[in-house]
Amino acid sequence: MIRTTGDWDLAEECAQDAFARALERWGRDGVPRNPGAWLTTTARNQAYDRLRRAKTGAAKQREAAMDAMNDASSESDRSSSDDRLRLIFTCCHPALSLEAQVALTLRTLAGLTTAEIARAFLVPEPTMAKRLVRAKAKIRNAGIPYRVPPDHQLPERTVAVLAVLYLLFNEGYGASEGGDLIRQSLCDEAIQLTRTLARLMPDEPEVVGLLALMILHDARRLARVDESGELVPLEEQDRGSWDSLAVSEGTALLDAALRRGEPGPYQVQAAIAACHVTATDPVDTDWSEIAQLYDRLVEMMPTPVVALNRAVAVAMADGPTAGLVLLDALEDSVLSSYYLLPATRADLLRRLGRDAEASDAYCAAIELAPTDAERRYLSRRLTDVTHQ
Amino acid sequence: MRYLLMICTDETSIEALSPAEGEAMLAEYGAFREEMTSRGVLEGGERLRPTTVATTVRIRDGEVLTADGPFAETKEQVGGYFLADCRDLDEAIEVAAKIPAARLGTIEVRPIWEM
Repeated sequence: MIRTTGDWDLAEECAQDAFARALERWGRDGVPRNPGAWLTTTARNQAYDRLRRAKTGAAKQREAAMDAMNDASSESDRSSSDDRLRLIFTCCHPALSLEAQVALTLRTLAGLTTAEIARAFLVPEPTMAKRLVRAKAKIRNAGIPYRVPPDHQLPERTVAVLAVLYLLFNEGYGASEGGDLIRQSLCDEAIQLTRTLARLMPDEPEVVGLLALMILHDARRLARVDESGELVPLEEQDRGSWDSLAVSEGTALLDAALRRGEPGPYQVQAAIAACHVTATDPVDTDWSEIAQLYDRLVEMMPTPVVALNRAVAVAMADGPTAGLVLLDALEDSVLSSYYLLPATRADLLRRLGRDAEASDAYCAAIELAPTDAERRYLSRRLTDVTHQ
Repeated sequence: MRYLLMICTDETSIEALSPAEGEAMLAEYGAFREEMTSRGVLEGGERLRPTTVATTVRIRDGEVLTADGPFAETKEQVGGYFLADCRDLDEAIEVAAKIPAARLGTIEVRPIWEM
């Protein structure tokens, strides 16, 4: 029977069913001449029936998934976390390109606009719109199922989901359009989904690492923007307003993850965040430790943004000149339209007293800055260097 | 849903298999067919002769143009196919993964456009 249906559970079920029917039927009609064959045939027909119905069921499920995708809003609904998990695994199916996975999850589960998603990926809006249309078409026309993957596939499928959640949190943490710097609901959404995933996969240290990272960032949320909506840099933040309970939870989660001895990019980033949030005063920040953690991170994730952050850490640990050397290497990368590259260069030049160059770099950064809060912050820095 | 599973391999590496390796592969294909047929997912499938014996046909300006060889030069060539009727893409992928050539080349899983 197992060879016929290729599925242990189905085979067992159908065999049970066949026996039950046999007892019923034979009681009525008498035992057939070849009871073994009757049982096998009945069981096999049962199995085919079920498979046929499963196919129709799957088609109906796909329609349900399509509807869910079109209706999904950014409202967090704690009672439907299972549905959200199904949706996120569907959106992150490996048959979709990674870019499509991230875009679709951001669009469907978080309700971001196409424009907002486009900015997060440093691509033009029409490109992103096309990407989303193609992704939905792929799910429908290629028959991507609407479900949480079976156990044996869960670990590899989770890596994709984590990448999506990470980007989702980042979008909420530093919003892309308009005057608001932080879109609280997106951070909550990302944290909630990651908590659910961590519950589902308690033995995956990277899931816990990501959760720790989000919570440690989120702990600083209130201090990041002042009453007038101005961006407050890390060294000027009121550390007393950092959520100490969140810091405790975040560091505890990180410790638990690291104890497994399987370090990964999210755990390393969480460790960097922990270095910051456990320093009671900015001068107590262990920048050498942070720079070393970035060295490890660059090995795991050799992306221009990570390299940029490493340059900042090195500048803090070894001086601005050392940082500028690392920035020079990033000039021709995809970061050319990312405001933090000229902003970082400007900051290091300012610390070295090279005001004219710093002024040029701040202007370039202001051009590229995505929110009013960031533009205002950079403008104030520009004033600092042009008034000297 | 129905899918065409296109078996794409570098023909020269298939040719380079020893007779024993070739027979072993055929036996694997036999087992694959048997399993998938009894599972009710296989609707058809054939092995194709290499692109060295392919012919292209085009109609241009009302003229029938024939030429020797495949329609495009590619690193891997279509060496065979299976037509599968599966519950969803995950099942199609699982079936494709069991095709012996998946270890050597690429299986393209293309949904049938039901008209």
